[in-house]
Amino acid sequence: MKLFSIICLGFVSITCNTIYSQNKDLDESIKRGKDIYQDFCITCHMGNGEGLAGAFPPLAKSDFLMNNRAKSIHAIKYGLQGEVVVNGKKYNSVMASQGLTDDEVADVMNYITNSWGNKNEKIVTVKEVSEVKK
Amino acid sequence: MKKLIFIIPFITIALSACAQQTESSVKAEDPKTLSYTTEVVVSDIPIAWGLEFLPDGSMLITEKAGALIHFKDGVKTNITGAPEVYNRGQGGFLDIKLHPDYANNGWIYMTYASSEGEGTGGNTALMRAKLSGTSLTNQEVLYKAGPNTTRGQHFGSRIVFDNDGYLYFSAGERGDHFVNPQDLTKDNGKIYRLYDDGRIPEDNPFVNTPNAKKAIWSYGHRNPQGMIKHPITGEIWAHEHGPQGGDEINIVKKGKNYGWPVISYGINYDNTILTELTAKEGMEQPLFYWVPSIAPSGFAMVTSDKYPDWKGNLLVGSLKFGYVERLVLENNKVIKREKLFEGVGRVRNVVQAPDGFIYLGVEGKGIVKVIPN
Repeated sequence: MKLFSIICLGFVSITCNTIYSQNKDLDESIKRGKDIYQDFCITCHMGNGEGLAGAFPPLAKSDFLMNNRAKSIHAIKYGLQGEVVVNGKKYNSVMASQGLTDDEVADVMNYITNSWGNKNEKIVTVKEVSEVKK
Repeated sequence: MKKLIFIIPFITIALSACAQQTESSVKAEDPKTLSYTTEVVVSDIPIAWGLEFLPDGSMLITEKAGALIHFKDGVKTNITGAPEVYNRGQGGFLDIKLHPDYANNGWIYMTYASSEGEGTGGNTALMRAKLSGTSLTNQEVLYKAGPNTTRGQHFGSRIVFDNDGYLYFSAGERGDHFVNPQDLTKDNGKIYRLYDDGRIPEDNPFVNTPNAKKAIWSYGHRNPQGMIKHPITGEIWAHEHGPQGGDEINIVKKGKNYGWPVISYGINYDNTILTELTAKEGMEQPLFYWVPSIAPSGFAMVTSDKYPDWKGNLLVGSLKFGYVERLVLENNKVIKREKLFEGVGRVRNVVQAPDGFIYLGVEGKGIVKVIPN
């Protein structure tokens, strides 16, 4: 019985550790992503991810962002031009590639998908970003 | 009632943020009649940042990612030997300008973000070179702001020559507004003045200030991306991006402090207060400020006969709203603002060419010409 308890405890602690370290990775990535956002994105997408009606689409509660993970990574990595529909509204402008490294793209993705009412527990990794090709 | 109590703090926050911002005294209107339209003359250029015209009427276009494009007789040719640019955030290939005596000396001046020098990242540089066939030759880096930083913001930059042949160029504060713009010993947040060969003029304002960067002409700037020589007075006029609100037009004068970030008509992007002050002794007031921001880039004063109803007006590109703003002046006061070509796209550059026509650099398009209807 004692042994069983120890084994159980062991499993619990391993599971906890894994979850904890994943959360820790995500939290740290989000933190770095916030700096990137304030450096490169905020001038158009604004302080609360609200964008600007008619010009810059919102990121806060954005269906485009939350339902198109790879496409969003692609847009940050290589830029985006042409019509997009975000939350039922059309936008047709140009977002230039910002020249971010893959780890910076992952960080800013983790930040914007976990801010202003957005929630994404599945961390965007550097590997995932590197696999999004032009 | 309980609900109301919850709302009160939000209202207070909203009001205190708004209270800081006094909207521009003159509002932008839609034109009642417009006798001009736009036509794409050079297509498929992602960001046509700078534009200059050679004596044969052909164009030199800087593309932000690093290409120097010669456009002649309908054909685009990439010029080799252009500076290596640090293409990140707002940095990349920036402005281009011919020497006033280009016909005799062949010098072409360019600003760009460069990773040369101290530190990782990049900062604004000024180069001159000559065009020989499809190559640049005789490249000389005349100025390199430092240190480098990986931040994405505020490189400037425009180049202007005044009537006496001095060269002026701008470098933004590189996202470090509490460090750079008010410190004369540091680059960034400055407009510089040089001889055409890069030497520092003996009468620059801070040549005798210990440790100052001697090339500085004016300081306290945020990010000037429009600069012209006034066609009548010969003064240097510049506009610059504010934060959220507070874009400005300034007459750039020797040794003057334009106040950023001590005074500003803008607020932070998260609606918090950046500074309570909009004026302070020893700091210049703008000729005009924009609240809300239009994100100005590119600047021209119309002198040509092609647009008789615009003569003496300022034209400013709006990156934010995607139009060209026409500002009517009376005794150096803006008395009217008009939104031209709304929906044309993000306007990066506005140039009055030697042929008298106005050309725009429009992001995602290329070069767009303003022609009579």
